[in-house]
Amino acid sequence: MSALLEVDDLAVHFGAPGARDKVKAVDGVTFSVERGRTLGLVGESGCGKSTTGYALLRLIEPTSGQVVFNGVDLRALDTRGLRRMRRKLQIIFQDAHASLNPRMPIGDLVGEALDIHDLYPGAARAGRIRELMDMVGLASHLVERYPHELSGGQAQRVAICRALAVEPELIVCDEPVSALDVSIQAQIINLLQDLQERLGLTYIFISHDLSVVRHMSDRVAVMYLGRIVEMAGKDEIYASPAHPYTKALMSAVPIADPDADAQRQRVILVGDLPNPADPPSGCRFRTRCPIAIARCAEIDPIQQPLGPQHWAKCIRLAEGT
Amino acid sequence: MPLLTVRNLRTRFATDRGTVNAVNGVSFDLEEGEILGLVGESGSGKSVTALSIMRLVPDPPGRVTADAMTLDGTDLLRLSETEVREFRGARMAMVFQDPMRSLNPVLTIGRQLTEVLRRHQKIDGMAARTRAIELLEMVGIPSAEKRLTAYPHQFSGGMRQRVMIAIALSCNPRLLIADEATTALDVTIQAQIIDLVKRLTRERGTSVIWISHDLGVVAGLCDRVNVMYAGNIVESGPIRELFHRPSHGYTLGLMRSTPRIDGQGPRRLTPIEGMPPNLIDPNPLCPFLPRCRVSVGDCRVRPPVRRDFDGGHWAACLADLAPPGPPR
Repeated sequence: MSALLEVDDLAVHFGAPGARDKVKAVDGVTFSVERGRTLGLVGESGCGKSTTGYALLRLIEPTSGQVVFNGVDLRALDTRGLRRMRRKLQIIFQDAHASLNPRMPIGDLVGEALDIHDLYPGAARAGRIRELMDMVGLASHLVERYPHELSGGQAQRVAICRALAVEPELIVCDEPVSALDVSIQAQIINLLQDLQERLGLTYIFISHDLSVVRHMSDRVAVMYLGRIVEMAGKDEIYASPAHPYTKALMSAVPIADPDADAQRQRVILVGDLPNPADPPSGCRFRTRCPIAIARCAEIDPIQQPLGPQHWAKCIRLAEGT
Repeated sequence: MPLLTVRNLRTRFATDRGTVNAVNGVSFDLEEGEILGLVGESGSGKSVTALSIMRLVPDPPGRVTADAMTLDGTDLLRLSETEVREFRGARMAMVFQDPMRSLNPVLTIGRQLTEVLRRHQKIDGMAARTRAIELLEMVGIPSAEKRLTAYPHQFSGGMRQRVMIAIALSCNPRLLIADEATTALDVTIQAQIIDLVKRLTRERGTSVIWISHDLGVVAGLCDRVNVMYAGNIVESGPIRELFHRPSHGYTLGLMRSTPRIDGQGPRRLTPIEGMPPNLIDPNPLCPFLPRCRVSVGDCRVRPPVRRDFDGGHWAACLADLAPPGPPR
């Protein structure tokens, strides 16, 4: 299977040109996603997962690196070319209500997506809107309703509906279920899975919730301070996490089962995230790492292969510890 | 005698559209040193229950009534406004989800800590300062003495929540209520805070009501859980019994719709279909009936009755869900 999206050494730095203290929100991120699959991007606040998602679509311009979608270098496109390409790459956000124009009824919100790309003009438009709404489980009487009349789950369905309207190949899902109650969260997760199966969609699934990411993804990339520290197939990364940060992150996630929870080895990290404008030298995790040694401050760790699809960036792994 | 007794607590709010029955006859006990979880989704009444106990529901539009609501033998509903202010902070304290909104942005951390101490413990400035440093050290804030002069915005979210816990525990309250206290925090920071609360409450014998929508957090922290839906406790029990033998359709629904990190959950989630309940015009039958996947014929005929199981585990559900036998 060939990769639909290939990202190479992507970087997004914020700050005035020439400024010294640039925030390196994304700093050398490399990954690829195969068609029809889901890559999960996990990490805590400030790790750069959302910025990565935005940079893929050039909603934030990358500072350097390559994003190749279906053989096309997205960074080389002009405005018109990019707009045409956005039909193939869509995004949905955490706060669906904020992403919907409060003055437009649902039918127009979905129709707008069609109009921008001249899809289904004229008589076909209304039928297509109904078809799309049906696809995401929105009752047809909602066509004339306004966003404030919708629940959080319904608003997220409208956002998904708008993304689907242009028949995309890849959707960046940025915390799409994080603001929803668990019962509604499950409805949206199931919907995203059904749509993927039916339409052959490819997802970049961004979330801080590791349980949801495991449920949704085929492969998982763990990010810390702008870098991917470990990447593996979802079962492998959850069963045998290698990077000390991944281990701590996994062990911090509560399990809704008192016995399973009690049996786990907990790694409780000390301290908070360092200042991203002034990250630690060498390995960026070393200031909170339980197994850091003096050399971690000097060496910028490279990928250590741990399996066919599994690698982590930690110099302690190479020592065979 | 339990530390806290709540019997038939009802909290209603008068609105333009009618009376909202936010809490609908809730009864429970909290023992000394016990950590009790209150679980449920938005609008289930868990926060309003906590605010009612703390006497923080504004009247009007709110109206709190109960057959009994006593803390350590004192009837909370009969306290005057002045008396309840003495009680809050000293005997019972609360920590909220968003520490930035609970802390005053223009006062130093030290000032906010000593304010509570001087208000309730009648100690002088120097003694309060020494105590404030001890408290910050207790909640794991490094170089505590220097931090006294810092402002809330100079602290991270996790550190702010530590300060809130330090303030809440500063006068050794008997009851601590934490309302989604770790929900806004990253998981590694959440783990630190949960550890801290466990340690501090065990050391001091404080009783805790821990409100969360996250079943996982509750499973790892609490001794007992009350599951709330539409202003009612629908199931209650010791943590292991409840998680191994969920006996109410709603509890079961919550568990089936939550993905698990250890991969032991279902391959496909079973969502709870439908919409949250109407609190203005509640259904006289089971409030969860319209969304329930395990309802039986009886559910459409009569309201649910409380069924008791082993170890103080009970559920207000007519469907016979709990298989016999001890928990695995």
